[in-house]
Amino acid sequence: MNAWLSQHLQAFRGALRKLAAQRTASLFNVLVIGIALALPAGGYVVLTNIQDLATRFSLEPQLSVFLEPGAKPADREGLEKRLKAEPGVASIRFIPRDEALTELRKTEGMAEVIAALNQNPLPDAFVLKMRALPPDQMEALATELGKLPGVGHVQADSAWARRLSALIGIGRLGMGLLAALLATGLVAVTFNTIRLQVLTQREEIEVARMLGATDGFIRRPFFYLGALQGLAGGAIALLVVAGGLFLLNQGVRALAETYGSSFQLAFLAPGDALAVTLFASLLGWLGAYLSVSIYLRGIEPR
Amino acid sequence: MIKFSNVSKRYPGGNEALRQVSFEVGPGELVFLTGRSGAGKSTLFKLIPAIERPTSGSVLVSGQNVSALKPAAVPFLRRNLGLVFQGQKLLYDRSVFDNVMLPLAFSDFSPREAAKRARAALDKVGLLERERANPIQLSGGEQQRVAIARAVANRPAILIADEPTANLDSDSAAAILSIFASFQQVGVTVLIATHDLALIERAGRRVLRLEGGTLVEGGDAA
Repeated sequence: MNAWLSQHLQAFRGALRKLAAQRTASLFNVLVIGIALALPAGGYVVLTNIQDLATRFSLEPQLSVFLEPGAKPADREGLEKRLKAEPGVASIRFIPRDEALTELRKTEGMAEVIAALNQNPLPDAFVLKMRALPPDQMEALATELGKLPGVGHVQADSAWARRLSALIGIGRLGMGLLAALLATGLVAVTFNTIRLQVLTQREEIEVARMLGATDGFIRRPFFYLGALQGLAGGAIALLVVAGGLFLLNQGVRALAETYGSSFQLAFLAPGDALAVTLFASLLGWLGAYLSVSIYLRGIEPR
Repeated sequence: MIKFSNVSKRYPGGNEALRQVSFEVGPGELVFLTGRSGAGKSTLFKLIPAIERPTSGSVLVSGQNVSALKPAAVPFLRRNLGLVFQGQKLLYDRSVFDNVMLPLAFSDFSPREAAKRARAALDKVGLLERERANPIQLSGGEQQRVAIARAVANRPAILIADEPTANLDSDSAAAILSIFASFQQVGVTVLIATHDLALIERAGRRVLRLEGGTLVEGGDAA
């Protein structure tokens, strides 16, 4: 056990020494890995943020029921009763057309537009805060309400959230594909750098083999080398993403303020950040594994 | 300790390097293997640590059938053999001490025990005071002694050397021979492949002579 541990320590130190001995080359390898991983990781961060935003809205779905301009008060009262009886409705707020106009006037740039009109074009409306309903039930309810007497138009706010979430799904798939492609590229990069290492140590490997080193012993330092490069690359990727978010957030904050929101893009969750670095070191390990195994099989005597 | 039974080795292309070779080297013996270049010395040498496998016949080392050994078992066979290669194969990117440490790095010794063994081996070949030197700074004879120290660092029961005195003057060669003799005296089985006839004559030991792949002297009666 003690010998096993000291052999691993030795292999680990050997790998660190090799990294240090070829500082410039190692740095560039790590940069390649880091930047390549930053692309899908960054894309993932942005998508996750947009999705969070979308869920926040779709968790409080709204239905806006606009009345026909000529709706009779009796229709309105009947409708209100009908809406109150609806089990999916959490609260009802009636917005008379005059109030809606006043609200609209507060919106920047709209006051002039409204002043140009000689009558109020807005209808009376009910704004319904709904309990969390699956989007398809929301739509069914919207269609049903649309058929009631005096109702002009029903607007379900969930529709855009649904489309957005479908779009995010496509985006995620794209990021997944990108990540898979780049991961393959990274394995190839590590494969080649480790192969170069192996070739510079050809003599040592040959002698060690003759003296009774197992293939496991010979592979071990290269595994550590590959995994360490991957790990460092993963850390670089996180730095790149963090830096990118910092720059983006300056714009995002300014934009969010105009909506009265304090929204900004959040960094990866700690678990996800850990996953990125572990995945990177796994890729490095895999590249090293393939490289050394193929080399050792090639020099196997027959 | 080493037993060849009807061993033949044919390389792809039809070149038959060894033909029906049979001999046995007992524990604690020192035996020379000789013959002209191309007689099959190197091939025979490579069969013992399973660097190559015989086409037919069997090679037994310490009772283990080397010719039938699984690849995964080969490293453990080699740890029980001290190998001195033709041309030494020292690593010039590290000190003499680190060269001798190489086979100890993958044995189950603690670092301290490994260092102790490496120094003991260097002491036996008289190079303890040169442990910090790079092998390139040493003379040919000294480099050969480093190779021997590396071979015996694991304290193997069998020591085999391929042309250990090649390119050495006779004094250095004699020094190398006396080192091998000292290992034999403590019970190590030693097999030396050489075409240095003067060395063989001086030593006055048992000789296995190969000619065109056939053992013509020193083998079993069979």
